[in-house]
Amino acid sequence: MDNIAGQNSSNKFLANLTVFVLVVLWLLPTIGLFVSSFRDRDQISNSGWWQAPMAVDLNFRTRVATDGAREENGVFIIEGNVFADPALASSFPEGTGTVAAFGTRAVAPGEFSAGEVTELRGDGTIVVNSDGSYRIETAEPLDRGPTLYFEARTPPKFTLDNYRTVLFADGMDRAFINTLTVTIPATIIPILIAAFAAYALAWMDFPGRGLLIAAVVGLLVVPLQLALVPLLKLHTEIGIGQSFLGIWLAHTGFGLPLAVYLLRNYMVGLPRDIIESAKVDGATDFQIFVRIILPLSFPALASFAIFQFLWTWNDLLVAKVFLPSGAESQVMTVKIADDLLGSRGGDWGILATAAFVSIAVPLIVFFTMQRYLVRGLLAGSVK
Amino acid sequence: MSPVVQGMLTIIIGVGGCVGYFYFSNIILDKVIFPAKGPQAGRNINRANQVRPWLFLFPAMFALGLYLAYPVVGSFWRSLFDRSGANFIGLGNYFDLFNESTFRTAVFNNLLWVLFVPAAATFFGLLIAQLTDRLSWGNIAKSLIFMPMAISFVGASLIWRFVYSANPDIGIINAIRDSMGLVALDPLQIRFWNNFFLMFILVWIQTGFAMVILSAALRGIPEETIEAAIIDGANPFQVFFKIKVPQIMGTIIVVWTTITILTLKVFDIVYTMTGGNFGTHILPSYMMTYMFRDDGRATAVAFVIMILVLPVMISNIRQARKEMR
Repeated sequence: MDNIAGQNSSNKFLANLTVFVLVVLWLLPTIGLFVSSFRDRDQISNSGWWQAPMAVDLNFRTRVATDGAREENGVFIIEGNVFADPALASSFPEGTGTVAAFGTRAVAPGEFSAGEVTELRGDGTIVVNSDGSYRIETAEPLDRGPTLYFEARTPPKFTLDNYRTVLFADGMDRAFINTLTVTIPATIIPILIAAFAAYALAWMDFPGRGLLIAAVVGLLVVPLQLALVPLLKLHTEIGIGQSFLGIWLAHTGFGLPLAVYLLRNYMVGLPRDIIESAKVDGATDFQIFVRIILPLSFPALASFAIFQFLWTWNDLLVAKVFLPSGAESQVMTVKIADDLLGSRGGDWGILATAAFVSIAVPLIVFFTMQRYLVRGLLAGSVK
Repeated sequence: MSPVVQGMLTIIIGVGGCVGYFYFSNIILDKVIFPAKGPQAGRNINRANQVRPWLFLFPAMFALGLYLAYPVVGSFWRSLFDRSGANFIGLGNYFDLFNESTFRTAVFNNLLWVLFVPAAATFFGLLIAQLTDRLSWGNIAKSLIFMPMAISFVGASLIWRFVYSANPDIGIINAIRDSMGLVALDPLQIRFWNNFFLMFILVWIQTGFAMVILSAALRGIPEETIEAAIIDGANPFQVFFKIKVPQIMGTIIVVWTTITILTLKVFDIVYTMTGGNFGTHILPSYMMTYMFRDDGRATAVAFVIMILVLPVMISNIRQARKEMR
């Protein structure tokens, strides 16, 4: 039996090509972020990340020193090399490079191509060769050396500086710890509460069970936005206020409907025989739950844990409302959205690195535990 | 106390508290209140078993009630009061909102989001699910397209800044325009269409979700139906649209509604990309402009979102009740 992908070789090729194009489209933005996080500010602002492996033309400037001037036949000559400037040593550690163009005005740093003899403002000529050597000829001695602008080809440079800044100097380390602090209790606590409730809804008989299940399904879609104002007020009134305790409680409450729903769907599918024979053997509900249901439900517990982890780690809304806004309790999403985007809006290297640091942990969790995630999604949606 | 220590303590207290609660409440029920001995042993066991489900349910019901059910009522009640919360103004906040042009833009944009995002994500998800089905590297492709699911909306917004940026050395779109000799422009400032650029970020995130579920549904289709169609001379497109799609219609609707619900709640993308400027506000981001400033208005906006969610909620509950029978 065949279908679109596989009926004949041209269809097969088309399917391969389409999927390939889609995968590239889907990956490209993330790769851009990843590559950019290793480039320094000058490189990012002068060439796109897709040109990162290639040399870029960067603009530099240097001030010509006048003390080396000498007079020859009534002409004053200054000779030197732009790459010898100690201020540029970090860009040209070997003191050599290739000049593509040069200029004498800041507004047109690449006005003339290398080797072209041009007029210097005032009276005289200037030439910068592609190896960086320059020669200035003037009729009068210069009391101040002119500023030379030049475009030089710089090899691609990858650096870990952004990571150093983000991880150690920018308060992002603090935000990282805060995110962890919010995430772990907010992931663990709802699981147990939900597991007991799910067991009751799946395997215990009592009046109103159907109604309760319907209520959980209904609560699944209640927009979080509704909860913000009343709960913040409640937290303030009972003395929790904006604090870590408050956000743990909030995440626990918000995560419960999905937890109960997922776990109940899974537990209902467990074999009835095991549970009934345990009951016949005299096991109490508590024992059945702890000894039989909990171990058997491990896949469902794991998939909910992953959901809740990703959701609390990536959350911006709840953190903005239930945590104080000071730097000491900012989580990474808030830090990036409110702090870095505002004050460092133009520093793309830092932004890219901060974003990458914040998505690294979810990506690791995602790729190592994908199996459980998929299973959970299927249990939660396909019925 | 440092938050880290506090966090560990919370885990211990939280988990220990839960275990302790369930363990001791069961013991008290069985040994103290309704002991399974003495003259009324049989009746006591039955009674204990009637009470026990509620012991198991109590913590979850309490948290659900307090954190999700109460706010629906609480928010609605608060939205009937003015900014200070002292004066009852009936539906005043709602009337004020509908008179604001930004609010109307937000409602309009939200409807665009709700129409476009689920449609596009489901379409791409179905397309990829079908195409990867028989590919040797299908699982890798699916895994890569699924990946954005793990990325936060804030992270995704930053990632897409490297696509949309007006600077041709940073944004890919403008780099392509630049290489074609066109002037750079800021996609996020093009009125109306900028909404779609923002929506596409969410489509990018949600396509993986749709793909995973639809791909499982496609695999669940009985082979015989497809074989029969092929023997009858159906071409691949007929097989797909007339045999496969109708059989997974139920799943398509579930995926569609799940993404719709999510779309109604996401404020992060608009907040980090444009801050609601250039006519891009949607209700959740618009609500945040009032949060901490005017609780009456904020809750009114939130309640409008609730009303938009309501039809989906009712149909979900109906569906769940049908399945339980």
